[in-house]
Amino acid sequence: MKRLPLLLLSGLAVAAVAACPGKKPETTPLPQGPNADSAAEAERLRADSAARAEREAREREEAERRRQQAIADSLAAIGKTTDAVKTMLATMIHFDYDKAILRGGDAAVLDQKVAILQANPGLRIRISGHCDERGSDEYNLALGNRRATAAKQYLVSHGIDAGRVETVSYGEERPLDPGHNEDAWSKNRRDEFDILAGGDALKQP
Amino acid sequence: MRRALGLAVLSLAVVPVARLTGQDTSAVDRGVRIGILYRPGVRPGIVVLTGRVPALDSLRTIMARDIDYSDRFELITLPGSDSIRLAAPVPTAGSRPAAGTASGKAGGGAASAGGLNYPLYQALGADFAVALTAAAADTAVVTVHDVAAGAVRRELRARLPALTDAGFRMAVHRLSDRVLEATLGAPGIAATRVLFVMDGKVYVIDQDGADRRLVSSTDHAALSPAWAVDGRRFSYMEFWQGHGRLFVQDVATGKRSPVATTGQALDFTPAFSPDGKTLAFSRAIEEGTDVYTVNVKDGCCLQRLTVGRFYDNLSPTYSPDGQRIAFVSTRAGLPQIYVMAADGTDQQLFAPFDYGATGSSNAPEWSPDGQAVAFHRDVAGTLQVFVLDVRTRAVRQLTSVGRNEDPTWAPDSRHMAFVSDRSGYRQLWIIDLETGRIRPLLQQSGARLPAWSPRLPETAPSTP
Repeated sequence: MKRLPLLLLSGLAVAAVAACPGKKPETTPLPQGPNADSAAEAERLRADSAARAEREAREREEAERRRQQAIADSLAAIGKTTDAVKTMLATMIHFDYDKAILRGGDAAVLDQKVAILQANPGLRIRISGHCDERGSDEYNLALGNRRATAAKQYLVSHGIDAGRVETVSYGEERPLDPGHNEDAWSKNRRDEFDILAGGDALKQP
Repeated sequence: MRRALGLAVLSLAVVPVARLTGQDTSAVDRGVRIGILYRPGVRPGIVVLTGRVPALDSLRTIMARDIDYSDRFELITLPGSDSIRLAAPVPTAGSRPAAGTASGKAGGGAASAGGLNYPLYQALGADFAVALTAAAADTAVVTVHDVAAGAVRRELRARLPALTDAGFRMAVHRLSDRVLEATLGAPGIAATRVLFVMDGKVYVIDQDGADRRLVSSTDHAALSPAWAVDGRRFSYMEFWQGHGRLFVQDVATGKRSPVATTGQALDFTPAFSPDGKTLAFSRAIEEGTDVYTVNVKDGCCLQRLTVGRFYDNLSPTYSPDGQRIAFVSTRAGLPQIYVMAADGTDQQLFAPFDYGATGSSNAPEWSPDGQAVAFHRDVAGTLQVFVLDVRTRAVRQLTSVGRNEDPTWAPDSRHMAFVSDRSGYRQLWIIDLETGRIRPLLQQSGARLPAWSPRLPETAPSTP
């Protein structure tokens, strides 16, 4: 609305300019018959319609701009949700040394993943099991497999379709922390959760 | 004698009790039994004579080291042996006339024998002396003297590639093995190599620590190399998007091919059957990890040998007769060493353990002579190498310093390569089970999962 006066002004200005050539006959009103009058009238109407067309065009433009803004705003909102959900989904769970048993405290983390998977039926994920460097290199591949499978079984037992969850194991081959102490080891004994498909727009559970 | 006894006592104190198997008591050329029955600390002395042909220096250095690394001799080093030989009086060549000619193979050695002061070398503790000469530009002659007998034991000739040729070292190693055969009647392990993994790539290195080469490198991290028994192929695993795919690579051509039926799950720890037709491996699926076999000759016929729904079975290793497979199973809780028939039947515990007390046991490898299985076991929070006696099922701890893991047998079944952090970082080491002697194989951190080759075939090109 703010723009309207300006629009009208500019419309008038256009009309004035357009009327300019017609000003002379007005200042010297010679009785030249109805032809002269109708010409001036036509000229004025033309100017009015041009101004109106311009105004309408500008209004359309404005509406389109606002529509685009609304789309962008809602997309950003979805993106924020998707990022938040992705962060929740990526939360890792951890294990005791040489164990593939889920810790009690991780149930809440997994429940969150169950909810996310339920709210987003198109989502497919991959769970990768990892180990610390203390065990045997090759045995750790089997142990990591057990860790990934333990988390998957939890999800499946809470109603998630098994086909939506893939499991892999990297043993001790991909440590998060390269350190050689319990601090590093405890971080490395983990399950990671990655999105395989359907993660472009995620709903909050 | 007092000194020998002292040495023996000292050695017994330091060296773990040696296996009394695999001792060489075979008759040698002249039908005379030589005393190689194992006496700790007492090994035959050998001297590699320095010569006056500089071209043979590399040959001599490599050979002397091979002989040393065989751990079957006391290598006697004589920096000034040339002058000793020249200054010494020529021995009475006719004192033992029959010795040099009794063996047909020793023919022609009499001339060089005449130049060697046997009593002198005997006094220095040498039982054997090895002299190197060049018969032609590309032919080396190795004269093996039996010092005690005062005669030439054997004369070996070998055409050697040029010093700059990639095959030079392996040709010398083969010659070294012939020297061992000529002296002790036992084949050596000089002409062997060790595969290992470093930074996700597969490398190979000569057993003497020379000539390290990259043999497989892709964008995919590799693990668990394993030789075929003929030494012409090896297998290993690569990660492919969370799956484990097995490959078989030809040593001569370097060409590799994926193993059929693998790569759809996490397949790992390949192991060739002795006939080279079958590959046993571990497959991890959601149900757990189990041992499978696949026919690599025809790329078919996947078979599942174990069904451990609530426990894992992995890391298969064939007995040299191909009849049995030792493997790791967690059926009793922690991973331990089990054995089954090659078709998966008759599964039973192999390496005894105390339930609740013995730590995890992993990475078994059956020795080439079939008598032992090496593995590593968790002892007080760190890994140590153990050996299981297949016949008695007695288990003995081999290492105690630092963390020691992933043992692999040399073809002589008395040497073993393994990973140890005893120096402060993890690197490859070699131990001789009979003397307890340990030497680094590769002084570089990060090398792991070694696999010692069989004796490599003559035709295998030196550049894999």
